Amino acid sequence: MLEVEGLAKSFGGVRAVQGVTFSVAAGEIVALIGPNGAGKSTCFNMLNGQLRPDSGRIVISGRNSTGLPPRKVARLAVGRTFQVAQTYGSMTVRENVQMALIAHRREFFGLWRRASDLHVEEAMALLDRVGMAEQADRSCGVLAYGDAKRVELAVALAGGPKLLLMDEPTAGMAPAERTALMALAASLARAQGIAILFTEHDMDVVFTHAERVLVLDRGRIIAQGTPETVRADPAVRAVYLGSTAPVGASHAGS
Amino acid sequence: MDFIVVQFLNGVASASSLFLVASGLTVIFGVTRVVNFAHGSFYMLGAYMAYTLTSQLPRGSLGFWGGVIGAALVIGLVGALLEFVLLRRLYRAPELFQLLATFGVVLVVQDLTLWTWGPEDLLASRPLSLRGAVDVMGRSVPVYDLVLIAVGPVVLAALHLLFHKTRWGTLVRAATQDREMVEALGVEQSRLFTAVFFLGSLLAGLGGALQLPREAASLNMDLAQITEAFVVVVVGGMGSILGAYLAALLIAILQAFGIAIFPKITLVLMFLVMAVVLAVRPYGLLGRPQAVARVGGSSLAVALRPAGSWSKTAAAVVVAVLALSPLVLGDYSMTVLTEVTILALFAASLHFLMGPGGVVSFGHAAYFGVGSYAVAMAIKYSGLPMLVAVVGSPVAAGMLGVAVGWFCVRLSGVYLAMLTLAVAQIVWSTAIQWDGLTGGDNGLLGIWPDDWARGRWVFYLVILTISAGGILLLRRAIFAPFGYALRAARDAPLRAEASGINPGIVQWAAFVLSSALAGVAGGLFALAKGGVFPTYVAIGRSIDALLMVLLGGVATVTGPLVGTAVFVALQDELSRFTNVWRFILGCVIILMVLAFPEGVVGFAARWRRDPDA
Repeated sequence: MLEVEGLAKSFGGVRAVQGVTFSVAAGEIVALIGPNGAGKSTCFNMLNGQLRPDSGRIVISGRNSTGLPPRKVARLAVGRTFQVAQTYGSMTVRENVQMALIAHRREFFGLWRRASDLHVEEAMALLDRVGMAEQADRSCGVLAYGDAKRVELAVALAGGPKLLLMDEPTAGMAPAERTALMALAASLARAQGIAILFTEHDMDVVFTHAERVLVLDRGRIIAQGTPETVRADPAVRAVYLGSTAPVGASHAGS
Repeated sequence: MDFIVVQFLNGVASASSLFLVASGLTVIFGVTRVVNFAHGSFYMLGAYMAYTLTSQLPRGSLGFWGGVIGAALVIGLVGALLEFVLLRRLYRAPELFQLLATFGVVLVVQDLTLWTWGPEDLLASRPLSLRGAVDVMGRSVPVYDLVLIAVGPVVLAALHLLFHKTRWGTLVRAATQDREMVEALGVEQSRLFTAVFFLGSLLAGLGGALQLPREAASLNMDLAQITEAFVVVVVGGMGSILGAYLAALLIAILQAFGIAIFPKITLVLMFLVMAVVLAVRPYGLLGRPQAVARVGGSSLAVALRPAGSWSKTAAAVVVAVLALSPLVLGDYSMTVLTEVTILALFAASLHFLMGPGGVVSFGHAAYFGVGSYAVAMAIKYSGLPMLVAVVGSPVAAGMLGVAVGWFCVRLSGVYLAMLTLAVAQIVWSTAIQWDGLTGGDNGLLGIWPDDWARGRWVFYLVILTISAGGILLLRRAIFAPFGYALRAARDAPLRAEASGINPGIVQWAAFVLSSALAGVAGGLFALAKGGVFPTYVAIGRSIDALLMVLLGGVATVTGPLVGTAVFVALQDELSRFTNVWRFILGCVIILMVLAFPEGVVGFAARWRRDPDA
């Protein structure tokens, strides 16, 4: 599904990501974790096309996507959610999803037909799946933050993605909402065989939902494997706690 | 060779005055983030004030320099006063409102200057010591030019010392980078801002005063100068004083040679330089990306709802009433109604770009004007039938939109404002300068409708059909996928990209659509007036369009139509009953901006703000 090989990026003299190699299989849910400044965001922004890597290769569904702009990456059946929910504040919840459907079908140069009449049922079905159908006619600008995140998930799913890139999906949310949102994303992904790669600070979320965990530190992958192996990995413990206590056992959610 | 040297010196001499004005503009912008449209007015006032002072003071060098410096100081105080009385209240308002307020000041100053100094051009005599000429390579160069050549670097050095060797200068530089931080450190902003306005206006006044012996003080030097100063500041990089000097040199020298070799394309040349610089370095020669990239339009977002069945009926009734109005209205009222109908299309085209597009065009008259000249030329020179000629207007205006839009979607905030404005000024100058084609100041006359459309009812129906059709197209487009994609690109460009939309292309297309329809309005206007004149492209018309949109409210779709009607009625009444309508209009603009500095716009922004922000 996603293959990353020798990815590297420097900013001035800072080598933010140096030779990262990993892959995500179809339908697999993978977490990318690491302390602040480890290079998660840089890595993520190269995958989604916002940053051009200095070297290395990114292959999505067998197509080389290295250096493609975000809109071209999106065309490779990649959906995305942002750390701070990005929704269209001047549209209703339903119109946000309709816009994504219109964009996916490349119909956005139409000048005459009403956009709000297009793909209504499909939009409602997507909203239903994220539990936002009742609020379909509310303006997106006035939603509670957790609801905006759900809308964003529906928008990301509208393009029929095979891979979902989620940048800190639960950032800024109340603890109870966090697990619920990630549980929703994971169940939707499993039902449709969508692979998810997400970054996350909340270890509860990571260890509950990730099938595999990649640990990044100072621009390199220092460990990867199932949550259990990563949790037990001494290198990971050293990075996170500077000690050998198991990761996520004591400070999760703090 | 001697020709080259002499033109070069001439250019460098002109650069000094241009640099003074531009450096003042750039210093004021850097600290206060206000794009001061009235800066050109200070330049003009500087020239007039120097005229008065030098003619009062004893003749001779001392009197001359005393008058020049005195004028600069007076203008500096006027600038400080403007900041204290007006602009201080607008720092939190959107850029657009600040610009409009300073444009109101331009109008007020124009009428005040006319009152005080009268309509004649005023030329000061040079003191004897500066009258001679020096022989350079067999040609004579005025001594005064050599003095001016020296003034540029001297002021540049003085400003450098001021900003790098004094505590005050350090504060100004710090505030340019991060004024919130400077305030947090305990520096009182308001005093700093007033002082910066004093300095910037002083520089503009000095520029005007120094230019007086070379060029007569006249009532149109304000807008001419502000355009060039904008171009210089954009090319040099906002906030960079050295950049302003380099850009002033580049542009003045280019103009000196341009006027000598190809007088017709001087201004186009200036635009080309700006285009090339911005294409290679989007922030100008020595500029850095703006610290606060606040796009004026992004705060305009508000949920739009398509017309319900009630408003559809209402719209149909209005159109029907309009179509029947020639039966009851007199000739004068019909003239006004025709104008309102056409300008409503013009305002709607600007609204499409500003509202859903979030791209504010400060020079929409460019497209209106190109459209009107296209129709006039097609009828005058090719004798084409009226309707065929009208089809030419969106094509011509749209082509200009393609070129300008390409740059505009890459810029934001002040750069965008200045670029769109500069383009309009260049089209305006072209209309005046290229008199072989455009008729210059006299315009092109005798642009009448075809015989079949001469009847006043038929003609009005043609105008109404085309205008209403254009407005309907724009309305449909707002609620069609294209309008949604445009709002998507404005509301959340990252999300739009991640959905597979190219925000730049969508905004570019909107720019072209908007300029094409502005062109249609211009074409109809030429037919309705029976001629075209450079005033169709003047800054005033661009501002008119902005006022029409703002009066009605950016956030609504019908707003610009209502705004147009109110605006035309207001202006019409004013110019009929008073000869100081500019003064009154200026005051109205200023009061409007002061009365609701956040306006409809601010209200909308508060309403849609992210809950987590």
